[in-house]
Amino acid sequence: MTNNIKIKLSGLEGLIATSDSNFINVGERTNVTGSKKFLNLIKDQNFDEALNVAREQVEGGAQIIDINMDEAMIDGAAAMTRFLHLIASEPDIARVPIMIDSSKWEIIEAGLKCVQGKSIVNSISLKEGEEDFIAKAKKVRRYGAAVIVMAFDEKGQADSYERRIEICERAYKILVNQVGFPPTDIIFDPNIFPVGTGMEEHRNNALDFFRATKWIKENLPGALISGGVSNVSFSFRGNNNVREAMHSAFLYHGIQHGMDMGIVNPSQLEVYDEIPKELLTLVEDVLLNRRDDATERLLGFADNNKSTKSKEKVEDLEWRNWTIEKRLEHALVKGMLDYIEVDTEEARVKYGRPIHVIEGPLMAGMNIVGDLFGAGKMFLPQVVKSARVMKKAVAVLEPFLLAESEALGEAENNNGAGKILLATVKGDVHDIGKNIVGVVLGCNNYKIIDLGVMVPAEQIIETAIKEKVDAIGLSGLITPSLDEMIYVAKEMERRNLNIPLLIGGATTSRVHTAVKIAPSYTGNVIHVLDASRAVPVITQLVSENEIEKIAFEKEVKAEYEQVRVNYEKHYNQKALKSIDDARKNKASLLFDESTVFNPAHKGVTVLKKMDLKTVASYIDWTPFFQTWELHGKFPAILEDKVVGEQATNLFLDAKQMLGDIIENQKLEVRAVLGLFEAYSNDADDIVLPTEGKTFRTLRQQTAKTSSQPNLALSDFVAPQGTIKDYVGCFAVSSGFGLESIIEPFEKNNDDYNSILAKALADRLAEAAAEFLHKEVRTYYWGYQKDESLSNEQLISEEYCGIRPAPGYPACPDHLEKQTIWELLDVESNIGMQLTSSLAMYPAASVSGYYFAHPDAKYFGLGKITEEQVKDYANRKGISFEEATRWLSPNIL
Amino acid sequence: MQKSIQEIAKEKILVLDGAMGTMIQRHTLEEADFRGERFKNHTSLVKGNNDLLCLTRPDIIEDIHFQYFEAGADIVETNTFNAQLISLADYDMSELAYEINVEAVHCAAKARERYYAKYGRDKQKFIAGAIGPTNKTASLSPDVNDPGFRGITFDELVIAYKEQAAGLLEGGVDAFLVETIFDTLNAKAAFFAIQELMDEKNVQLPIMASGTITDASGRTLSGQTASAFNISLSHVPLLSIGFNCALGASQLKPYVQILSDESPCLVSAYPNAGLPNAMGHYDQSPEEMAELIKEYLERSVVNIVGGCCGTTPDHIKAIANVAKTYSPRIALASTTLA
Repeated sequence: MTNNIKIKLSGLEGLIATSDSNFINVGERTNVTGSKKFLNLIKDQNFDEALNVAREQVEGGAQIIDINMDEAMIDGAAAMTRFLHLIASEPDIARVPIMIDSSKWEIIEAGLKCVQGKSIVNSISLKEGEEDFIAKAKKVRRYGAAVIVMAFDEKGQADSYERRIEICERAYKILVNQVGFPPTDIIFDPNIFPVGTGMEEHRNNALDFFRATKWIKENLPGALISGGVSNVSFSFRGNNNVREAMHSAFLYHGIQHGMDMGIVNPSQLEVYDEIPKELLTLVEDVLLNRRDDATERLLGFADNNKSTKSKEKVEDLEWRNWTIEKRLEHALVKGMLDYIEVDTEEARVKYGRPIHVIEGPLMAGMNIVGDLFGAGKMFLPQVVKSARVMKKAVAVLEPFLLAESEALGEAENNNGAGKILLATVKGDVHDIGKNIVGVVLGCNNYKIIDLGVMVPAEQIIETAIKEKVDAIGLSGLITPSLDEMIYVAKEMERRNLNIPLLIGGATTSRVHTAVKIAPSYTGNVIHVLDASRAVPVITQLVSENEIEKIAFEKEVKAEYEQVRVNYEKHYNQKALKSIDDARKNKASLLFDESTVFNPAHKGVTVLKKMDLKTVASYIDWTPFFQTWELHGKFPAILEDKVVGEQATNLFLDAKQMLGDIIENQKLEVRAVLGLFEAYSNDADDIVLPTEGKTFRTLRQQTAKTSSQPNLALSDFVAPQGTIKDYVGCFAVSSGFGLESIIEPFEKNNDDYNSILAKALADRLAEAAAEFLHKEVRTYYWGYQKDESLSNEQLISEEYCGIRPAPGYPACPDHLEKQTIWELLDVESNIGMQLTSSLAMYPAASVSGYYFAHPDAKYFGLGKITEEQVKDYANRKGISFEEATRWLSPNIL
Repeated sequence: MQKSIQEIAKEKILVLDGAMGTMIQRHTLEEADFRGERFKNHTSLVKGNNDLLCLTRPDIIEDIHFQYFEAGADIVETNTFNAQLISLADYDMSELAYEINVEAVHCAAKARERYYAKYGRDKQKFIAGAIGPTNKTASLSPDVNDPGFRGITFDELVIAYKEQAAGLLEGGVDAFLVETIFDTLNAKAAFFAIQELMDEKNVQLPIMASGTITDASGRTLSGQTASAFNISLSHVPLLSIGFNCALGASQLKPYVQILSDESPCLVSAYPNAGLPNAMGHYDQSPEEMAELIKEYLERSVVNIVGGCCGTTPDHIKAIANVAKTYSPRIALASTTLA
């Protein structure tokens, strides 16, 4: 051996035995063949109590637990599977390795499929021949277990020293040489047989075991020795004093001979040194076959000292003397179900109202669980166990809660503590965390509606409304889920919901929630660190105590506000450039005859009654279907397996209505555009010297990784004093006449046709803008005279130059619409108005700029600093407050 | 002269690639990109099914592999983290598992050919078939009212993993890498499947294992300590064992140290680029991460290093630069007599 490791096994924790290690105790009480109590528990399906038997073994010092379900009346494989699954949920048991004990291979294999650790198979043997032995050994190895080999072959069980060593040597050679089994994973059981039976051939049973053990340790390097110790005292059943002394003495001598482990009941073991001298001598005489009359002498002693009482098992019940609050906490933290019912009842009597027990000591206990979990001092299976204790406590209180609410005349509600909707957001399929939150909340008497994974915002909101939920919990693990959560929050805001929104999942954080999600939604938005935290947070959020609830909400809002302030301070320093630095990194485009074009038609052009049929041919239908929440690209969407039929019907209706609109000229499309001389200056303005007007543009301030510039729209116009350049702007609407189309529909409550008409008008406005842009490129400005792009190419923006619109990412500032209105005299020319919030009326309208430079491109402004907002306000001659109001979504 | 991974591992610290997901995210792909022409009418949303890109955007996947080879990775992992029928069921695409695995290897192989064409064959490059944990746990119950319940069985896992491994083998991988192991029982099923497959096909490929310590508790999601995790997989003839994901290099170090102390095989570590910041992004720079990895190398605790979430070719380049100046950890002799 290159080192002194005897064997390595594992449960949740490792068990590494070295040559310095003591004897390894294997717990034997979870064995239906050896324990009547355990057998009855399994037969009665009383797994809770059966688990307690296992737990007692571990608490009593067992380093491995032996599990055996070999009973004719039991479905052994099913019972083994069930019990091992349950053990996996009990970390204080599962921490030790398992010994899967059966004489039936299918039960062993069922057990091997349930254990994540390295277990021991007990046992295989040469009983059915070499072929069978090799096949099973290979499987054991493949499942990753060590193995006990019984000294048993085709001829029978070894009952002498010679037979023991013969079989063990043969098995060892096969395992090591043919199967490739590591010797340190081989454990021999050279058969512990009863002594003191009165039969001559049994007198050497213990001695032969000891000698065989010694031989194996000396001749089969690496192999270990185990045995079922209680067998040795079989003939002294009923006399525990004698039995315990025999076990201890047997172990003492076994260990002296090299025995490494044994199946024993640690709580039924006398300490070797404390065995009374007289008894020890009698016992050792029998074990070591030292006298012919040894058995008679021991039996005589046994008859005179009958004691059936084993040492009382001393369970540490000190905690039962603690206060009720401490006891509940202890039970929750330890996940102990034993006394929770009586303790809860005691607390109920003390606290008067059941709800006070839940919100008081029980919640306090769960908070401690949450803290320990957060600090890494408890781990998940333990928390789940705590949750089960909580559930049991709540179950005790439930009838009283119900009685109370009935007494108060409240309508009976079966939503328990509240109804919570859970979903993993669209685009994300991770749900383990979410499921855990679900079960923990379920334990705490909440009704859970779990929508699963990849759930679109619409479905979340529809379900929340329909089911009248008390809170929505969103989960996600991948980074893009963060954006989807913001989207859900915005949609909730748009739908005027006021349901609390909880955010959880690995990539989420309190800061992200406070900074990015909470500002999108007026209702409560709270980040929940983990499953155990979900309970206290939700309890406070849906509390019937309005004062507490409001106080909690205020507290969270204030806390998140502080988080935002801190974040902004930090982020300002870190990620955004000063406006000066950003300007130094502007895009430097080439401005010369190859990139700057003198427009063919300068000044303002008014187009009334644009040809509807022409405009309609420019429609991009994909967004039309999106309006109806049918997702997919047109025209493929018409063939879509799921939504194809619906999309086709909708499209037919739309075509019909559009035909009617065109034929009967029900809508009028009007536009005004202008092309003007312009230059840019160092303050990101676009100055129109002939018109006496100026567009104020905004510049990206985000830190750029490589050679990327910080863009502003002004970069696309030649700087003052270089070449003479131009800029354009436009306003177009297709909404004239829409109201008279809609009116009859609305009278008839015909929402469908009403929405259809609005959606068509919107599409026509966009189509008109597209058409107009093409006209500008090929005719009015004329810089792309021979352009011939299909509608598809237009939709994918393959043209040269851009038409960004105020209010959209490149220029989120709606205020510049006012400048467009003034320049083009939009209202008197075509009757389009700007509302006080700078929305366009009619609604089916588009307005924007034209830039012709071949390198002009669409971009997003992103976040900007207050510094730029101040600069912008100064340039525009408005107050900082007003500028802030319009730009707030972009301001850090 | 072609050498085996084992031989090369004796000479140098091997460098694994970095994150695939992070690189895919840079392309800001939409639903339509994921679908491509072939799945345009698929009934479920498939955006986020990164492994599907092996079929619909092999150009992107190949290019990411190529970038990692160029950055100095000796081994790249196929884009197959979720490519078995259990995880793919989320997208109603279970039947594609085999095909995705085959094609994923082809993507990596093409990238390797490109690399060889450009730089010659002096530096050997390897392809490891990435096998993730699936989205189910065999050791935990998803139903608290019934802790004995399981969402997946060992046998179901073996079927799924065997199909995945068969696809990877067909595609021509050089090794199997079972990674991000959060439940050791799932991993045991994976290794069971791989070993069964190799027996049937009569081939022997190196097998690598990499677990995930989820948090400060120092345990896997299914509750095992680093030491128990190592012992639980000691029956597999592993080329390497290590940890990846969930933690950054500095948090992961003590657990890798345990493996280094206790495991007889090669030890690997491919941590995240730090812990995610409040915005869910990883912002540890390549230099910062390489500096932390250097501590592993100085203490000789690893043989294989790379990156997980948030790492990029720049990170791998920085790590490869550091790694080439150190000699590898010497693996312990086998603890067994076999």
